[in-house]
Amino acid sequence: MPTTLKNEAAIVGIGETEYSKNSGRSELALASEAVAAAIRDAGLSPSDIDGMTTFTMDTSDEIEVARAVGIKDLTFFSRVPHGGGAAIGVMHQAVMAVATGSAKAVVVYRALNGRSGARYSEGVSGGPTTSDLIHWSWYMPSGLMTPASWVAMFTQRYMHLTGCTSADLAEICLAQREHAVKNPRAFFYERPLTFEEHQSARPIVEPLRLYDCCQETDGGAACVVVSPEWAKDLPNKPAVIRAVAQGAAGNQESMTSFYRPEIAEIPSMDIVARQCWEISGLRPDDIDCAVIYDAFSSIVLWQLESFGFCKKGEARDFIQDGALRLGGRLPTNTHGGQLSEAYIHGMNGVNEGVRLIRGTSTSQPEKNEHVVVTAGVGIPTSAMILGQS
Amino acid sequence: MAISGKEREAFEKKLEAYVGLDIGVEDHSRNPINAAMIRQWCEAMGDENPIYLDSEVASGSAHGGIVAPPAMLQAWILGGVAMAAGEDDPADKQRELHRLFDAHGFTGVVATNTEQEYLRYLQPGDTVRARTVIESISEQKATGLGIGYFINTRSVFKDQNDDEVGSLTFRVLKFEGAEVPAEASGDSGEGSPAGPPQRIKPALAHDNAWWWDVIETGELPIQRCAECGVLRHPPRPMCGECQSTDWDFIRSTGEGEVVSFVVIHYPEVPGYTYPLVVAVVELSEGERFVGNVVDVDPGDVSIGMAVQASIELVDDELKLPVFRPVSV
Ligand SMILES: [Zn+2]
Repeated sequence: MPTTLKNEAAIVGIGETEYSKNSGRSELALASEAVAAAIRDAGLSPSDIDGMTTFTMDTSDEIEVARAVGIKDLTFFSRVPHGGGAAIGVMHQAVMAVATGSAKAVVVYRALNGRSGARYSEGVSGGPTTSDLIHWSWYMPSGLMTPASWVAMFTQRYMHLTGCTSADLAEICLAQREHAVKNPRAFFYERPLTFEEHQSARPIVEPLRLYDCCQETDGGAACVVVSPEWAKDLPNKPAVIRAVAQGAAGNQESMTSFYRPEIAEIPSMDIVARQCWEISGLRPDDIDCAVIYDAFSSIVLWQLESFGFCKKGEARDFIQDGALRLGGRLPTNTHGGQLSEAYIHGMNGVNEGVRLIRGTSTSQPEKNEHVVVTAGVGIPTSAMILGQS
Repeated sequence: MAISGKEREAFEKKLEAYVGLDIGVEDHSRNPINAAMIRQWCEAMGDENPIYLDSEVASGSAHGGIVAPPAMLQAWILGGVAMAAGEDDPADKQRELHRLFDAHGFTGVVATNTEQEYLRYLQPGDTVRARTVIESISEQKATGLGIGYFINTRSVFKDQNDDEVGSLTFRVLKFEGAEVPAEASGDSGEGSPAGPPQRIKPALAHDNAWWWDVIETGELPIQRCAECGVLRHPPRPMCGECQSTDWDFIRSTGEGEVVSFVVIHYPEVPGYTYPLVVAVVELSEGERFVGNVVDVDPGDVSIGMAVQASIELVDDELKLPVFRPVSV
């Protein structure tokens, strides 16, 4: 019997470290603390965990984290490539493992010293001669070497074709900051942002300004995935995974897919969205709130279009009536997102998705039947739909 | 390429041995603190504070006479011409450490930050000497300049009475930069040991090195499937249309149109000029190429703009296609 990934698994525990600019400890320490916290939150003990998955970019080996935390025998472990595009890719791994019986309880984690250690804003640099380094060699000599520069290239083209302006991007930043101001975990807790501040901030890579770019953060986040049946016996209200999917469209490069006929769109997220609707049987109207990957403000717009919350090229109109704010059509990034809470490569967004289902967000919308959570843009990417049990 | 595996382990073990070491040589002021040098320093820095310059005013101040600007602390002990000529004291452990980095490919060096602390003003007649300790060496870091290690040193300055007068911490990055010929540091005797900053070089391997070889000849090549004739850029080993691995290339006219572009302000990486315009250009042959648009005000670049490529040296060694607007 073919298995789909609908309602095959649920997130029962979430955990994280504090988010800071200088953790003062190793990435392995952050990963271990986040994993232990997620297991504790699930009401489980480390020896209940038999599966682990993380990003290829994570520096903490599964087995090292397992030893540190006291996780014993593993029957499943895996990694997903391509930076933030992996954040729901790892959930996909966890759900497949639980659905097939490869593991009963999978812990998913990501931890990085993103500010005090290697900073992504400083650009890519050398390493062994891999196909990845050859890829960057087409861009680094000309100076195109940071995530902001790659995303700005797509943003410029999108603005040109749709009439979207920096003022439209500001609305995304302001809506999310409004949420972060109420979230004690957030870097920008109790620190509001004004439209004027957004518009007068220094350009990083035009057309992106300072507040259009996510933070760099030290921290870790983790969650625990088990079957919906087991979830019923555990203390927290489970977040059931209605659908989860990955996608990489043709002619894909990591962050620099400049060779498709039109570059003002992100076909990889179209593929992910289509699968999410097919697997879940849901439609955009069924979704009450969202966690949309926001390494940069502009990428939120393209994902709203990919998921069909509005037509292609019309996201700027969709957001202008406050749709992303509490009380709007689709309260989004209620934790403040990576722009205003913390940049944990999308894993902090997974935990916020779970809080939205539990009803415990610091900016909790009234309706929370279904939540879309997405990961990564411009790279092979992923997303899931969470629902009530 | 950065060393790895056992080689890196052995290298980092050697580095460890330097942490905590006094560098073994003491720097000292060649002349006592003196009014002439203070005046010259103040003139160069544009500092007109009378307590450094005017003995009448200074003697009426709390100092009772001219004092040296605290920020001159390090200036009193700098080695002068011998240092600028690169003459090393063989006993100098810090130099030895830098040579160890050089020998492992980390030839680039850049000072990243310094902090100074002053305990008292120096007065004419004082002498100072400084001893330096290698406080720490970071783990390997990937930086905008390349893979490297940060070295932190701390120098403590004492006067003729052996009392501490101030201290200075200094942080440098030793990195595996673009290849710098060893002779460039010794022979020229000017600039930093690593020479002027260069652009990040492409990594060369089987599937792309040929392309850069053609660029060296001043042509902009586009790979072509030898079987079905379809063009492809960036180069790759197989044709996505017919799966043939046979290929040749055509020479592009370099005529193109801007599909999109960015203006980079941050971060400023050495070797590049900012604001820096980078564009995706669709060449007249239909393939796209990413490169700089030059000789144009960033505000005048637009999508759809006609541009022409030419192959030019963008630093001392690297040739790259760059684009200029075509006037219509
Ligand atoms: Zn072919």
